[in-house]
Amino acid sequence: MKKFIAAGLALCMALAMVACGGNTSSSASQAAGGASVTNTDGAIVIKMGGIGPVTGANAVYGEAVKNGAQIAVDEINASDSTVKFEYNFQDDEGDAEKAINAYNNLKDWGMQVLMGTVTTTPCLAVISETEADNMFQITPSASSTDVIVPDNVFQVCFTDPNQGVSAADYIADNGLATKVAAIYDSSDAYSKGIYDAFAAEAEVKGLEIVCAEAFTSDNKTDFKTQLQKAQSEGADLVFLPIYYTEAALILTQADQLGYEPTFFGCDGMDGLLNVKNFDTNLAEGLMLMTPFDATSEDELTANFVKTYEEKFGGTPNQFAADAYDAVYAIRDACVQAGVTSDMSVSDLGDALKVAITEVTMDGLTGSNMTWKATGEVSKAPIVVKIENGAYKQL
Amino acid sequence: MDFISFLVNGISLGSIYAIIALGYTMVYGIAKMLNFAHGDIIMVGGYLIFTCMNSLSLPPVVCVLIAMAVCTLLGITIERVAYKPLRGAPSLAVLITAIGVSYFLQNMALLIWGSAPKSFNSVVSMEPLRLFDGSLVITGETVVTIVVSAVIMVGLWLFVNKTKIGRAMLAVSEDRGAAQLMGVNVNATISITFAVGSALAAVAGALMCSAYPILQPTTGAMPGIKAFVAAVFGGIGSIPGAMLGGILLGVIENLSKAYISTQLADAIVFAVLIIVLLVKPTGILGKKINVKV
Repeated sequence: MKKFIAAGLALCMALAMVACGGNTSSSASQAAGGASVTNTDGAIVIKMGGIGPVTGANAVYGEAVKNGAQIAVDEINASDSTVKFEYNFQDDEGDAEKAINAYNNLKDWGMQVLMGTVTTTPCLAVISETEADNMFQITPSASSTDVIVPDNVFQVCFTDPNQGVSAADYIADNGLATKVAAIYDSSDAYSKGIYDAFAAEAEVKGLEIVCAEAFTSDNKTDFKTQLQKAQSEGADLVFLPIYYTEAALILTQADQLGYEPTFFGCDGMDGLLNVKNFDTNLAEGLMLMTPFDATSEDELTANFVKTYEEKFGGTPNQFAADAYDAVYAIRDACVQAGVTSDMSVSDLGDALKVAITEVTMDGLTGSNMTWKATGEVSKAPIVVKIENGAYKQL
Repeated sequence: MDFISFLVNGISLGSIYAIIALGYTMVYGIAKMLNFAHGDIIMVGGYLIFTCMNSLSLPPVVCVLIAMAVCTLLGITIERVAYKPLRGAPSLAVLITAIGVSYFLQNMALLIWGSAPKSFNSVVSMEPLRLFDGSLVITGETVVTIVVSAVIMVGLWLFVNKTKIGRAMLAVSEDRGAAQLMGVNVNATISITFAVGSALAAVAGALMCSAYPILQPTTGAMPGIKAFVAAVFGGIGSIPGAMLGGILLGVIENLSKAYISTQLADAIVFAVLIIVLLVKPTGILGKKINVKV
């Protein structure tokens, strides 16, 4: 009996090894080919990978990016564009190690360009891989300046310092406040990055920061203490370079304390009004800088919002819009570079990183978007104020 | 005035930790295991109340009762399916299973309710108290949290010390084998412990989500860990210890936020824990039990 089992196990192992061998050889041939195929109607098909968190704490951003990019891919593939896409999105759970696994999976699949990753920390891990492979990468939403250090990586969103500086300028130039408090997440590169730039610019502009209170990702439910300090220092504006989940708590707790300053947020604040069941009265008068306004009557935006609602339910946020623009940016760069079906990943990378600096694009998150060779995008931030539960552009 | 306000907020936060810590400490005392899924039952309780209130528009009290009933069933089921088969296994195996259950619950919530954060309607409809001409504001949630946790504490103490089931729990926690020999149904007692702990978790979920009204699948994770610390702080296995540990933890956390540094608050809390454990390894109210060979 034992011998039978042993023989059976040996057979299983042998089969498994054969299966593995088969897999590696097929993916190797794909990688070696490394080139796009031309489909029946003559368009070049590029294999575009996407990486982002579709499960875990940051799932809300990853889902938005995945869906937003899907809409762009579907539109492009249904059009008569000369460049079309095959699209594969992998989960990284917001974790650096899992992002590398996702990247390797996508390479096995034959990825030629990368649209991702969604959040900064995994992105920092992935850029060293794409740099080594010289693969063209564009991140929709990882906003740290560190992610665009390699010359093959580009951004669709604003950099963190850029937002901090713009926020301080806007507050000072419009005389919104004299005494400013800030509450930020010191454990988050995004929040800290914006705050540091904001604080530096505020000093230049003569804004007085009376209280700067940090919190960490492990302690982000109770903000009463921070708010109380801001209140007793007499701050008339509270700057919140944080995500809307915590901001919703801050607004609720400020209301409970009877503290009514002006709140000013950055692009992470976008999504606040879509929190299910959130009392939007609390957000009345809140100002934020956002690249995307889903209620805008602009045709491109209106169509995108309509398609998104039909396909995925719910209103798209700026992450979805950033991803949509990222896909179009890749498409435009491919067309500009005149990519051919025999280019390797590295050749494609070389061609695209030049081509993207020559592209000017009207997207959902800005018109006349251009890219510098550093990877930074140039577009104007929009400041909106929440009035009657909706964005109003200022 | 600020000081009183920081203190009251600390007690309120601490009361929530205390209710969660009661669940940890009861299960540890009786089943001798760390139920790391406890924090996630709070999250499930929160979501159940959210669903009842918004989809079925039931009154808040009914919603809390429904959540308590469902969480009780959930607690018993988890115990039956995941922990009971491992009764004789090494405690490490049970610990890993508990972590597995915790992830399972989080991902179930992700599938059912989605990843987008939801804003929780407070189950408390009390107006905030404005004392000293409005210079001290105490929210309705704070008052209710403190009162409810005091009531639970007294109720639980009476339940454990005065009822037959409670005394059975004490017997099992003291010596499982001897209790069984004396005719105590050990399995039923452990099930009841899980039931009570999970019902308390639902109450904690209601209070926590009312005070900090954002619901996500990971909502229960961090408070769960803090409450575990509170239970160890007060002396794990001891009911008054969990209560004391929870409140102290909340007060220390809030006062260090107020007077030392908002970002070092957690570090200070854990430093205090280490000092307490160095001086008194069984926690503040923990009893040292000599094991005789």
